[in-house]
Amino acid sequence: MTLIKTKIGRRAFIKNTSLASGGLVLGFSIFNSCKPKQAEEMAAIEMPNEWFEINAYLKIGDNGLVTIYTPNPEFGQNIRTSMPMLIAEELDVDWKNVLVEQAPYHPEKYGFQFTGGSQGIRRRWEPLRMAGATARHMLKEAAAEAWQVPAAEIKALDGVLSHETSGNSAGYGEMASAAAQLPVPEAVKLKEVKDFTIIGESTKNVDAKAIVTGQSMFGSDYQKEGMLIAMIEHPPAFGMTLESVDGTAAKAMPGIKDVVTIKSFKDGFEKGGFDTNAFPELVAIVGNSTWEVMQAKKQLKVNWKPNAAQTETISGFRGKETKIIPAGLESTATHKAKMEELAAKKGKLVRKDGNPEAAFNSAAKILERSYSAPYLAHNSMEPLNAFAHVTGDKVKIAAPIQIPSLIVPTIASSLGIPAENIEMEIPRMGGGFGRKAYAHYVVEAALISQKVHAPVKLIYTREDDMTNGIYRPTYHATYRAALDENNNLTALHVKAGGIPESPLFANRFPAGAIENYMAEEWSIDSNITIGAFRAPRSNFMAGAEQAFLDEVAEAMGKDPIEFRLELLKQAKENPVGEQNDYDAGRYAGVLELLREKAAWGANKANVHRGVSAYFCHNSYAAHVLDLTNENGKPVVQNVCCAIDCGIVVNPDAAKNMAEGAIIDGIGNALYGELTFQDGVPQKQNFDEYQMIRMADAPKGIDVHFVQNEIAPTGMGEPPFPPIFGALANALYKATGRRHYQQPFSSKRPPLVG
Amino acid sequence: MATFNLNINGKTQTVDVDPNTPMLWVLRDHLKLVGTKYGCGIAQCGSCTIHLSGIAVRACVLTVSAVGNQEITTIEGLSDNADHPVQKAWLEVDVPQCGYCQPGQIMTAAALLDNNPNPSDSEIEMAMNGNICRCGTYTRIKKAVQIAAESNNA
Repeated sequence: MTLIKTKIGRRAFIKNTSLASGGLVLGFSIFNSCKPKQAEEMAAIEMPNEWFEINAYLKIGDNGLVTIYTPNPEFGQNIRTSMPMLIAEELDVDWKNVLVEQAPYHPEKYGFQFTGGSQGIRRRWEPLRMAGATARHMLKEAAAEAWQVPAAEIKALDGVLSHETSGNSAGYGEMASAAAQLPVPEAVKLKEVKDFTIIGESTKNVDAKAIVTGQSMFGSDYQKEGMLIAMIEHPPAFGMTLESVDGTAAKAMPGIKDVVTIKSFKDGFEKGGFDTNAFPELVAIVGNSTWEVMQAKKQLKVNWKPNAAQTETISGFRGKETKIIPAGLESTATHKAKMEELAAKKGKLVRKDGNPEAAFNSAAKILERSYSAPYLAHNSMEPLNAFAHVTGDKVKIAAPIQIPSLIVPTIASSLGIPAENIEMEIPRMGGGFGRKAYAHYVVEAALISQKVHAPVKLIYTREDDMTNGIYRPTYHATYRAALDENNNLTALHVKAGGIPESPLFANRFPAGAIENYMAEEWSIDSNITIGAFRAPRSNFMAGAEQAFLDEVAEAMGKDPIEFRLELLKQAKENPVGEQNDYDAGRYAGVLELLREKAAWGANKANVHRGVSAYFCHNSYAAHVLDLTNENGKPVVQNVCCAIDCGIVVNPDAAKNMAEGAIIDGIGNALYGELTFQDGVPQKQNFDEYQMIRMADAPKGIDVHFVQNEIAPTGMGEPPFPPIFGALANALYKATGRRHYQQPFSSKRPPLVG
Repeated sequence: MATFNLNINGKTQTVDVDPNTPMLWVLRDHLKLVGTKYGCGIAQCGSCTIHLSGIAVRACVLTVSAVGNQEITTIEGLSDNADHPVQKAWLEVDVPQCGYCQPGQIMTAAALLDNNPNPSDSEIEMAMNGNICRCGTYTRIKKAVQIAAESNNA
């Protein structure tokens, strides 16, 4: 067993004894109206008469029913199931007797409530199991005291405590009251992996029934008596800001209460890393119903003016950074020209091993290829929205938000209220993909509520959502490989850049596997805002790198998987440099599993296969994508996927996420693109922005996990980046053409031929 | 403003709204039936799919004045206890990720199977192609529709 100190997140264990009388006291709960019914339906046994809170993560009813508070925001990873599974495992409770509730924003109790960066399960792995193990320990102590036997002799299984020698046994519910009064142990034992009964078992989504019956659960579903609907009008182009507004005509429209202007930041406010906002000065229109506000919004007469160039200091995860935001109205054509220009120049050297210049000078053959990708919009199905109700110096918020804590300083500053007066519910998000980490819309809702003295639900239209910014940046990468006269790879050079950031990971594979290696980067400032988009930077680099390696393998006359495994062998046995940030053994392991599961090498007639592998977010993922040509159109028949993300908590849910990542990646590789003309996004809704639909999804996907006992690493992002490369490589096999520019499917000539 | 008596999920509901109001907002804002989702407002994504006289339609472009006395079914009225064959299949396959588009997907699938109890794969693809799932649950959606069809025909 693993002995673990309970000091991590110890505040979560500060008990509130008033809870012994039952009831939920963790702040307000906006979705209460539907909860009791839902809870009853979910429970295998009846609702208890009394609840006993053991720690902030769980309470036990007098009849043994357990409610688990899941700490992190949910946007589709199914962590509302897998996080409670971690607690239930160590509590040793029957999963059928578990109810799941969403914890509100409360950092003292729940730590960093952050969903992003594929960090959820990884960071909660120990603390949540500890919460369950602590409760189990206290229940055993309570039974030991009641039965006057040593606690070490008491067994806990499926919610029942028993003592063999004395013949005593009791359900958790019977001991919960006494357990809740006991001191929190200094250390608890966690189970060995082999003893898991819940972790590793596919467990159905706890919210599935509520989802398929259309129950109120998303931020945008929120309703409150007296609530007004608000919408915003932001500048039509990046590089513009508000000059003046005439809201007379809009205000005269039916159902309209007010037209106001808001300013999202107080002067001099030091922004955090997620305060990105191209349009901090906005017009807001407020009325009784969504349709009325939508109609009146069209009647707003707003004058916009060009923005001046600015310099911003941002205090984010990487410390303080200064960003230059130029003036002007930018266009994609100009972006492309500037990118080509910088790509042709020497970049900033980030890593150099050996003597790449000499290797290139003496090369028998040099392979050089350039790759590019456009801006992407996140396009979560649920457009941005937020509920806020400001009363005096207090505010209640319910909004889809990936990192509640990081918007708190902004809300406090912009509203002029103390941070501790901000209460936040964390409703389910209708998609996030990184976009809902940038919660400017929450600040906007709160400012509007403060101005109109009413509870307000701010709704972005799809057009508002798609044109607001915080996009995946546009990127470019040039790869060069030097081959000697025997077709051996002697040097590799990567130079990558983007607007406004470089996508380079200088220390990732194939760095460490090649004697002579060089990585350079460059970037171009812009006023078009960008942000995290599922596997930031990796989502471009993986595709470029894996397509290039495919071409290098071909030039060397090698099988693409065998070629990668040879490089990984070198990186494992005789690594070049010391900064390599991947485990070559795990990387090779995932490729070997893929080779076996995909029956690589067993060529099927008319099936064109592409392979790709990548490491990011602490995990390893690899795909084989099978294409056929159907009436001149490439059709993705199957994707075989292998992943090493350590222990898999909920295998079927993890497979679902991998399937989604694969489909998301194929969609973005084929169609994803946002362009600009004079600062104006050229796509505003789904009639212009092509999204992948069912007909273009693979006909089949099979997902395989490397079995090991490594603590869980990332899962939401890792399967996404490599699919771009697998698709590009399969398209080459199917069409004879290499694809260097995303999106692969565009107004250019058809892919086939 | 005008008064409309609507037949929704087997009940008559009266609303006093602008005749041009799309059913999506009548359902969500006025009747608090929030299972029907807003995704695009221009009939491109399918998140707002409801049944009008048994046909799958986009509530975001269906004005309240066009409904008349036709029967409307929303996701809330599809079954009493999540036991419509399509809902059961969705639960069996554990389709949803974020879940936002799923009510619309289910309403489209239910209408498809009402009209075509035994659809081929390409008929499923064609019928479901108007519904976007940004999380990419398409392979599971297709499987759930197939299971629902099988259970209907069993």
